[in-house]
Amino acid sequence: MSISVRNINKRFGNYLALENLNLDVPSGSLLALLGPSGSGKTTLLRIIAGLETPDSGSILHDDEDVTQTSPRDREVGFVFQHYALFRHMTVFENVAFGLRVRKTPRAEVKARVHELLHLVRLEGLESRYPSQLSGGQRQRVALARALAVQPRLLLLDEPFGALDAKVRLELRQWLRRLHEEIHVTTIFVTHDQEEAFEVADQVVVMRNGRVEQTGTPQEVFDRPATPFVMDFLGNVNVFHGRVENGRALLGGFEFAYPDHPHPESCTVSGYVRPHELHISTEPLLESSLAARVLQINPAGSVAKVRVSAEDFGVILNIDVSLERYAELGLTVGDRVYVAPKHVRIFSAHDYVI
Amino acid sequence: MHPEMVRKGGGSPRRATQEDPAIVRWGLTLLAVGAISLLIIVPVVQVFYQAFSHGVGAYLENLFGDRDTRHAIMLTLIVSPIAVLLNVIFGIAAAWAITRFRFPGRTILTTLIDLPFAISPVVAGLMFVLLFGLQGYFGEWLQSHGIQIIFALPGLILATTFVTVPFIARELIPVMESQGADEDLAAVSLGANGWQMFWHVTLPNIKWGLLYGIILCNARAMGEFGAVSVVSGNIAGQTDTMPLRVEKLFQEYNTPGSFAVASLLTFLALATLLVKVILERKTATIQRD
Repeated sequence: MSISVRNINKRFGNYLALENLNLDVPSGSLLALLGPSGSGKTTLLRIIAGLETPDSGSILHDDEDVTQTSPRDREVGFVFQHYALFRHMTVFENVAFGLRVRKTPRAEVKARVHELLHLVRLEGLESRYPSQLSGGQRQRVALARALAVQPRLLLLDEPFGALDAKVRLELRQWLRRLHEEIHVTTIFVTHDQEEAFEVADQVVVMRNGRVEQTGTPQEVFDRPATPFVMDFLGNVNVFHGRVENGRALLGGFEFAYPDHPHPESCTVSGYVRPHELHISTEPLLESSLAARVLQINPAGSVAKVRVSAEDFGVILNIDVSLERYAELGLTVGDRVYVAPKHVRIFSAHDYVI
Repeated sequence: MHPEMVRKGGGSPRRATQEDPAIVRWGLTLLAVGAISLLIIVPVVQVFYQAFSHGVGAYLENLFGDRDTRHAIMLTLIVSPIAVLLNVIFGIAAAWAITRFRFPGRTILTTLIDLPFAISPVVAGLMFVLLFGLQGYFGEWLQSHGIQIIFALPGLILATTFVTVPFIARELIPVMESQGADEDLAAVSLGANGWQMFWHVTLPNIKWGLLYGIILCNARAMGEFGAVSVVSGNIAGQTDTMPLRVEKLFQEYNTPGSFAVASLLTFLALATLLVKVILERKTATIQRD
């Protein structure tokens, strides 16, 4: 089922949660609503589910307007952030609930529940109560319960938020595989960009109740539409400067910038990810920045190096591959030269030039 | 709670510096035990002692031999359950509204629920007399339609219900507040209608709190004197409830009779207390899970 969100507005008192929001979710996709807390992503999810009513605008399921439809008739499976399992019911009863309120025959309920518990790999735990399960198991019960009624749309609110790191990783991959198996249109909310990129095939970055950018993880990561997206999707180093006559001058760097051939100068910021900075102990051919090593953290898949470019009063974070780090033999206090491999330039007015 | 945390918190020996001097500890303990003995244990024992002072036979005769006393017991057993039932309905509705919706006047409603705790029961009874009594605002209309509220069963129920309004709502509001609406919403999104949601999800989640409220409400309803006294008119064999009967027998110098009824009321109170303790244990275990 495809979902269309049209011009949704939602206010809570004086707080504008969603502002004229539009979104299209193609049928069968696995989409992540990504944004910081307060960006309105959960509100949007609840409006799509019908658990919240928009002040204006409409929600369409396959071109059918369901804005006024009760959540019980929307054929939506909703997985709550804290699972909201029925605490006084066993796993079996939880999963069976949706079928039982629909007056499904007993034998069919039993067969379907077992099928689902098999799908979420919880066979043998039918008679446990939610309080007797681990976080990851509860999460999967919640999912099985939502899937039991064969929803045409699956909505998950921060599905991995309350789990510890290892379980979270497992469940992410598992959700991805599950989606490939059952192909139901799925939207999940997350504030974790890594999670969004790993699981989703479409990412919607939200900020202050609006959509900042939509695209595949690759598109959003490689071509962030705004400084906010750039900043939100991981660490960045920011350089302030200007562009004029097809050249960019950013705090010590100078390079060709054909997008702005005009002679009048324009104030810009350049954004460079830590792994996009080249570091060397010798001055580089291209314009480079002299800096001093402040701190080195080689624990992890890359060595994280912090340098200070005193001439420009900036501190930069650089990710260096472990091989390169060994080759350079860096120590704190060393003099190094830094040059960007790739810079994204945004004007001071938050849009791409 | 996590088992480790319990062990850590409970097992650590207290340091000497945290301990108060022996005189303070013993002094306070004695004071508390003394006050409870003097104010609670002695009077309660006395009630039973007086009631049985002429033997069990006389006791039973005092309780069930007197037609008016029998009627008073019956009346209390009719009024209390009705008042409790009304308060169950009101309590659930009020707790639901207060915890699930944001509406203007929400805080005022929360405060108003407590009003019967603050108001003197006599004043409460008087309010109903002023409203429904013969000289009251609706008195004439009610009389012309042959409806009697004051000095009759409806008045007793009204007064008792009013006085016990806070008990159930007060119990349910924090329970429903802490549980949130997510489970209810989950039920709805799974296709449950309002009744199915309430019956299968909401009610099981609040049942212990509700039961606890019912017990407290019932205890108070059976023992209510002030408000009921004003609206009842003390007609023996007609509008006397148990507490009113106790007072009347006492005024008539029928001390054994008075204490017999009093002992029955006390016994009901003690039974209530017992159920309450059991329930508290039960809820504590559930919460620990």
